[in-house]
Amino acid sequence: MSLDLPLVWASILALGVFMYVLLDGFDLGVGILFPLGETDAERDVMMNSVAPVWDGNETWLVLGGGGLLAVFPLAYAVIMPALYFPVLLMLIALIFRGVAFEFRFKAPPRRRWLWDHSFNLGSVVATFSQGLVLGGFLQGFEVAGRDFAGGPFDWLSPFTVFVGLALICGYALLGATWLIIKTEGELQERFYRLARPLLLGVVLFIVAVSVWTPLKHPAIAERWFSWPNLLYLSPVPIVTALVALLLLRALRRRREVQPFVLSLALFLLCYLGLGISLWPYAAPPSITIWDAASDPSSQLFLLVGTLFLLPFILFYTGYAYFVFRGKVREGEGYH
Amino acid sequence: MPVALDPELLSRIQFAFVVSFHILFPTFTIGLASYIAVLETLWGWTKRDLYIELSQFWTKIFAVSFAMGVVSGIVMTYQFGTNWSRLSDASAPIIGPLLGYEVLSAFFLEATFLGILLFGRNRVSPGLHIASAYVVALGTLLSAFWILSANSWMQTPAGAEFRDGRFYPVDWIAAIFNPSFPYRFAHMVTACYLTTAFAVVGASAWAIRNKRFPEHSHKAFAMGLGLIAILAPAQLVIGDLHGLNTLRHQPAKIAAMEGHWETQQGAPLLLFAIPDQAAERNRLELAIPKLGSLILTHDSMGEVAGLRDWPPEERPPVTIVFFAFRLMVGLGLLMIFVGLAGLWLRWRGRLYDTDWFLRLCVWCTPIGFVAILAGWFVTEIGRQPWTIYGQLHRSDSLSPSLTGAQVLGSLLIYVAAYCVIFGTGIYYLIRIARRGPTVGEPAPAGATARRPLSGADLPLDEGEAS
Repeated sequence: MSLDLPLVWASILALGVFMYVLLDGFDLGVGILFPLGETDAERDVMMNSVAPVWDGNETWLVLGGGGLLAVFPLAYAVIMPALYFPVLLMLIALIFRGVAFEFRFKAPPRRRWLWDHSFNLGSVVATFSQGLVLGGFLQGFEVAGRDFAGGPFDWLSPFTVFVGLALICGYALLGATWLIIKTEGELQERFYRLARPLLLGVVLFIVAVSVWTPLKHPAIAERWFSWPNLLYLSPVPIVTALVALLLLRALRRRREVQPFVLSLALFLLCYLGLGISLWPYAAPPSITIWDAASDPSSQLFLLVGTLFLLPFILFYTGYAYFVFRGKVREGEGYH
Repeated sequence: MPVALDPELLSRIQFAFVVSFHILFPTFTIGLASYIAVLETLWGWTKRDLYIELSQFWTKIFAVSFAMGVVSGIVMTYQFGTNWSRLSDASAPIIGPLLGYEVLSAFFLEATFLGILLFGRNRVSPGLHIASAYVVALGTLLSAFWILSANSWMQTPAGAEFRDGRFYPVDWIAAIFNPSFPYRFAHMVTACYLTTAFAVVGASAWAIRNKRFPEHSHKAFAMGLGLIAILAPAQLVIGDLHGLNTLRHQPAKIAAMEGHWETQQGAPLLLFAIPDQAAERNRLELAIPKLGSLILTHDSMGEVAGLRDWPPEERPPVTIVFFAFRLMVGLGLLMIFVGLAGLWLRWRGRLYDTDWFLRLCVWCTPIGFVAILAGWFVTEIGRQPWTIYGQLHRSDSLSPSLTGAQVLGSLLIYVAAYCVIFGTGIYYLIRIARRGPTVGEPAPAGATARRPLSGADLPLDEGEAS
């Protein structure tokens, strides 16, 4: 039997990264929107809406990073040095915002603002860095032999900064629609009102990135606009537009759960679009998943444990969300 | 290029900095997890509240240490890629899956049973709660198993073929159980238990001297000292075996530890010396004749290799290895003394009121941590200049694109961030330790989060927090 292990692993890692983007996306979004909580009590509610689940969400990031090293080491060896500072900033920001969850509730009131800012700023910086990583990935890496051959700031370009801003807007939309589910009254109304301009921003960003990327990369343009690909792939932008319209309607009708679900769908479609653009590269524009693959024996060895544990992790993730379902009310935190 | 901006040296310093910080926390949690499992078991047998109160107290400290260990550990994996990309590319087919299994074991643990241990006391049956304490302890050991297997493989590679600058797996069992792994694993786990025992004994001695929680601190003090009396001498034997294994596979490291320059029969044991790497000799030697050969070869006239057998560029930096080794062994002997003195005082019925001994134990609180850092400095600096011993040189391991300024920048960012985050965390740990166990209150109904730090519900600043 010939099992295409690199393909299997690419699917697993793609799932892992997607889970990460969705899950940590909304809790980073809550951090981005944190200053919108006007009182300490409101900020408590916002933070408590994600406190029980955020560290489970970040599990997926470790899975993505560790997995990439183990099964696509060449991609790891090219991407990490190329994105040295964005990765560093992301890690430090995630640490700061992670401990803010804990220290904020334990700090005396006069020092609480410090951890408020740490949470907010950490979320913004982590998101922006992830946007830089994504932008850098789309931009591609200069490779010589088996090494990254560019400079330490190759990742810094108008395009990557633009993608960073786009991701901040996107995560903020996820955060706002999540908070619509988890809050009520005046606070909830604030997020309803905010979600509309955020959606508008996200749509503009999607359009801009969709135009900019093929303009910069003929190969990606070829992938989308050559015949018959154009026909097969046309549902992606059409459905994306449809979902955006539905989301707009759901917000106008003050639906509670729909906006979040539709925002997730919007992210899924963008992810799909990115996947179509980048396939089959593990480190664009030259290293494919088969080039980057580790020894088959190494991939198989780790696959055994992963296939055993992945359902398990999925199950407890679902269970945690089930346990902490419903509205978060003031003074009802579990701290 | 000025030394200060050498990306290789700076990357080594950066790795040493983050890993030295990181290692302190898992060391402590490996020991504490087992200690908590023992306390829970004792409670299950005796139903004495004392044990459950002690367990809750140390569980709080465990929770904070665990969280610190997790956040500082994530950074480690990424270092492999950002700073040591050629090492990653060359060796990931072997160490990648080993590290992958470490991540999976840690998740398995964090995902489920840690939550039950921290928050489930009133939600699950006592039996399940005790069982979860064991699973958590097992999980920490499993994590240590994989991470030490990966480290040992880099020290004594096996089960792999080195072709065109990259490693290919041939035999996974041989790779996982590579020659130095069993010794390193035994040595490290024993060290973790000793470290935790000294922390528990030190905190208890502090409480006894301050007349706090007499019943609890007496119990914890006696238990910890009992463990030290057994494990400290055992560690001497395990360490000796580990040393003999190193002599077989990494003789240059042993030569640096011993400060031997010449290959000689009947080599002395140096108690003190100031090694001079450039002149290839020692100054101010204080030596016991023939004892070096006796320890290393178990024969007073046995031949021991000296550093001059290797070309200068393949010798590890002797001074750090030499002194770190002496520091580790010195602390090990101090541990044995504390264990034996504890036995003697217990026999005389003076264990809890001998002030000099209590005072000594308070001073000894951190010695396990210091000994562990010293030991890792010996083994990691002693294997220089190799990342994969004898096969991959560190200069063939570095990411070629790095500039000195780039690594200096990241190093400074790491140092600043770690000082703030872990400074706060350690301050918090000490606060919990000083407050002591909660006595005579029912267990808190408790939060339901799965987040480690919520296991500790103490405000950072007493009396002010809401």
